Amino acid sequence: MNITVAGEKKEVKDGLTVAELIVNENVEMPDYVTVSLNDEFVEAGTFADVALKEGDSVEFLYFMGGGSR
Amino acid sequence: MAFTNEQIERYSRHIILKEVGAKGQKKLLNAKVLIIGAGGLGAPVAMYLAAAGVGTIGIADADEVDLSNLQRQIVHQTADVGKPKVQSAKETMEAMNPDVKVITYHEFISSENILDIIKDYDFIIDGTDNFPAKFLINDACVMAKKPFCHAGIIRFQGQLMTYVPGKGPCYRCVFKNPPPKDAVPTCKQAGVIGAMGGVIGSLQAMEAVKYILGVGDLLTGYLLTYDALKMQFRKIKLPADTHNCAVCGDHPTITELIDYEQAECDGTGL
Ligand SMILES: [Zn+2]
Repeated sequence: MNITVAGEKKEVKDGLTVAELIVNENVEMPDYVTVSLNDEFVEAGTFADVALKEGDSVEFLYFMGGGSR
Repeated sequence: MAFTNEQIERYSRHIILKEVGAKGQKKLLNAKVLIIGAGGLGAPVAMYLAAAGVGTIGIADADEVDLSNLQRQIVHQTADVGKPKVQSAKETMEAMNPDVKVITYHEFISSENILDIIKDYDFIIDGTDNFPAKFLINDACVMAKKPFCHAGIIRFQGQLMTYVPGKGPCYRCVFKNPPPKDAVPTCKQAGVIGAMGGVIGSLQAMEAVKYILGVGDLLTGYLLTYDALKMQFRKIKLPADTHNCAVCGDHPTITELIDYEQAECDGTGL
């Protein structure tokens, strides 16, 4: 099936979960990423339960604080 | 308040813009903006807002200028090493534009002082380097109904978003809680390219100026991300549903400010 990840069209296996997509996409700090699916937040802790569908659009939102003075 | 001849000349490139004009320039001269963090982000914000004639600029930072800051914190000079960052930033801003009144806060912001510090300002810039401060600024601005612009930078990446009360999600709508200490790399650990503060800080200054002028569309409801290596900007639409947010939602569970544990770099400016 075809989905859009961070604005790019991708072909992925049917029924791919958000958790699997995070692995496929090598998401940095997967425990602290915020996921938006079709402009709705996916609740943290449910990534393995949410299966993606044809045409879905996923965005990963990352913590960016910087750090040193 | 009438402009002096010098002001008409100084601000001529603003005044000629139909979105600014004499009226807009007066708004800028009457505006009060607070910059929290006089580092990589705060430096270009301070300089562009001072140059633009924002009449009152507050700047908060507890740190002193370090040699390792100068690779990106362009408001400070080599001779400023060891000086409080707020003092160094004030000197640069005042030398740039005598119209600007700079108020310095040489202290860490905390739940104790932040509401008192932000209360007199029209717009707040989050130029901080750590998540406890970012969440504190967000929560305080939500509670005090103050607009602010968040930003973060690391390596070759940056991001920003603008919160305006009632106009879209806050930082906590997107990021529920600070990550555990050391879970997310810091600039000290990971590095940051100097010009990134210039790119993202200048965009924060642009948001403040647009807010003051009341022109154009702000980054409310969007997160703008910048990847310098791919040379790609993305304006990511954020979910509009703020009802369940712990601080700006319909039934907030966070009603008092929280001082989260500071990470190892507990300075204020990136
Ligand atoms: Zn919120």
